[in-house]
Amino acid sequence: MEKIIEKFDVPYLQILDENGNCDEKLKPSISLEMIKKIYSLLILTRIFDEKALSLQRQGRIGTFPPIKGEEACQIASAILMENGDMAFPAFREHGVYITRDLPIEMLFQYWGGDERGMKIPEKVSVFTVSIPVGTHILHATGMAMGFKFQKKKNITLTYFGEGATSEGDFHEAMNFAGEFKVPVIFICQNNQYAISTPVREQTASQTVAQKAIAYGFPGIRVDGNDIFAVYKATQLAIQRARAGKGPTLIECFTYRLGDHTTSDDAKKYRGDVELKEWEKKDPIIRFEKYLTSKKILNQKEIASEKNKATKKIEESVKRYEKIQPENSEEIFKYTYASMTEELNEQLEQFKKEVI
Amino acid sequence: MQLNIIEAINLALKQEMRKDKSVILIGEDIGEDGGVFRVTDGLAKIYGNERVIDSPLSESGIIGTSIGMALTGLKPVAEIQFEGFIFPAIDQLINHASRIRNRSRGRFNCHLVVRCPIGGGIKALEHHSDSPESYFIHTPGLKVVIPSSPYEAKGLLISAIRDPDPVIFFEPKKIYRAIKEEVPEEEYTIPLGKAKIVHEGSDLTMISYGSAIKTCKEIVETASESIELIDLRTLSPLDTDTIIASVKKTGKVVIVHEAQKTLGFGAEIIARINEKAFFSLQAPIERVTGYDIIVPLPKSEQYYHINKSRIINAVKKVMSNAI
Ligand SMILES: Cc1ncc(C[n+]2csc(CCOP(=O)(O)OP(=O)(O)O)c2C)c(N)n1
Repeated sequence: MEKIIEKFDVPYLQILDENGNCDEKLKPSISLEMIKKIYSLLILTRIFDEKALSLQRQGRIGTFPPIKGEEACQIASAILMENGDMAFPAFREHGVYITRDLPIEMLFQYWGGDERGMKIPEKVSVFTVSIPVGTHILHATGMAMGFKFQKKKNITLTYFGEGATSEGDFHEAMNFAGEFKVPVIFICQNNQYAISTPVREQTASQTVAQKAIAYGFPGIRVDGNDIFAVYKATQLAIQRARAGKGPTLIECFTYRLGDHTTSDDAKKYRGDVELKEWEKKDPIIRFEKYLTSKKILNQKEIASEKNKATKKIEESVKRYEKIQPENSEEIFKYTYASMTEELNEQLEQFKKEVI
Repeated sequence: MQLNIIEAINLALKQEMRKDKSVILIGEDIGEDGGVFRVTDGLAKIYGNERVIDSPLSESGIIGTSIGMALTGLKPVAEIQFEGFIFPAIDQLINHASRIRNRSRGRFNCHLVVRCPIGGGIKALEHHSDSPESYFIHTPGLKVVIPSSPYEAKGLLISAIRDPDPVIFFEPKKIYRAIKEEVPEEEYTIPLGKAKIVHEGSDLTMISYGSAIKTCKEIVETASESIELIDLRTLSPLDTDTIIASVKKTGKVVIVHEAQKTLGFGAEIIARINEKAFFSLQAPIERVTGYDIIVPLPKSEQYYHINKSRIINAVKKVMSNAI
């Protein structure tokens, strides 16, 4: 006997096209207030990014991975989190931190090379930056297991790039999540490059979304520069998760408009033509077209939104630069819950010979 | 010609690839991009993308498939982008690469080099400033090499590529571009397992490797004491004879390394001296090492690292303790 025993579809969702036209039939249920809030966050994150790049060039912070172009993926998903939910970012998720209200000076502080920038206030439900690619995806699955086994209604969200899907940890996290049917939402920002490696050299899969199918839960690709598509897909995934129906993988198809980090030069491996194409698809440009055409905001209000954001960022830079250097002895203090005898001895020596 | 470490390694790779068709490179962003430190710059253009392989983002994938390719007679030189990212591959290195020869009683071997930047001092992000050499030295079947200059890097890498066993070749990123020196155009080898006396002396033996050699050299060249500086070059296998001969001459020892103190390589050196030259010692051995803490982010990183004054203090202490 020979027959087809399974067949799968990979859905794609776009609601707001690059010219700002909205498919009203597909539009998610979203309040006007929420729409305006998302816009403010997009602008705030964009201006933060520009400021961070300029601070890096002046040596006022260290190596920095820009987010430009990927704001919608992060903001339109993280905005849907509720009390007690938790997000697990990789390292490019400034938009997630800003959406969940991390004081912006702490982002500058962390990227300025000060551990205290990751001493995340209790009310901010985002875990620390995770530099080793793909490793944190398991933590999100694990926390979702913890929620489920303790009968909590909370969910976790985790963010990673398409490059991360090549690491074993990604597959292990997906497999556990599917097997234990836990409330985790995997958000892959497919920005089409992992440093210099284009997505077509990362995997022979046509989409990242389809990888979910192999682990027994739904995957969807959305236009990652379309806030409505990201919002709607996340909304549905969260509903599913809270209803005990398990995980979802959302592939946000987007583009990294900047270099990989400030130590990278993207000109070395990708052409200008492609970049120009994607600049036209900028999530903010199309959203502004929509907002003005629907008369939700006018040009004056948009300008004032940008002024407000610039002021907010400038104030946070001022606060950042007023932060006193950490007492050098602190480098010993967090190795364990309490100092060991050996560490105390080394600290005494440190005080004599270094400071 | 005058080359820095990056250029010297690039030249070694280029020449070995020309000489031996079975030498191939694999790693993340090593092709068109030339690697994040540009070590493999231009090599994909010369040798094509089937000999300079841009891999998916997977360290276990890189090392595991390199082992498989080595079984076909290829000689992979794999690049791991930073030392913090060698850990996804540690299973392949410790459970397979190092053991295949023994497991098959010599029927199979693993002709593999793993190149990987190491160490701090470049104001980098977390996981980009560590010195994890001990994990690998502790693994039987792996060789571990850490060069200290461009000349050393070229000669040692060529030996590593020709060695039939797996070699972890750690490249101190702090001195990637900081030292330029004369490097012969033609190919030459520096044998693995042989230390080098960088500076001869009779009062005290200073033992180090990697980027710390530059700092130690600056000290011994101006010190009032006559200090013998040994660059270990290869940490596994270790050239115990050179160490012991020097200790028998000077009777005083300072060991310097960037890695943390506990189970840092200094511990092993002291044990060997204890076994083979204890009665020649005139004073307790001093180690200048990193503290047993996580390497701090850039704002406090300097507090972790060894520095000249700590080394000089150790020398003074050993000299004054000597009986
Ligand atoms: C395990 C591991 N390997 C390598 C690196 C070096 N590295 C940092 S980011 C990056 C590319 C990541 O690509 P992707 O997951 O698509 O995320 P993106 O940078 O595009 O946001 C690499 C290779 C790392 N941080 N961790």
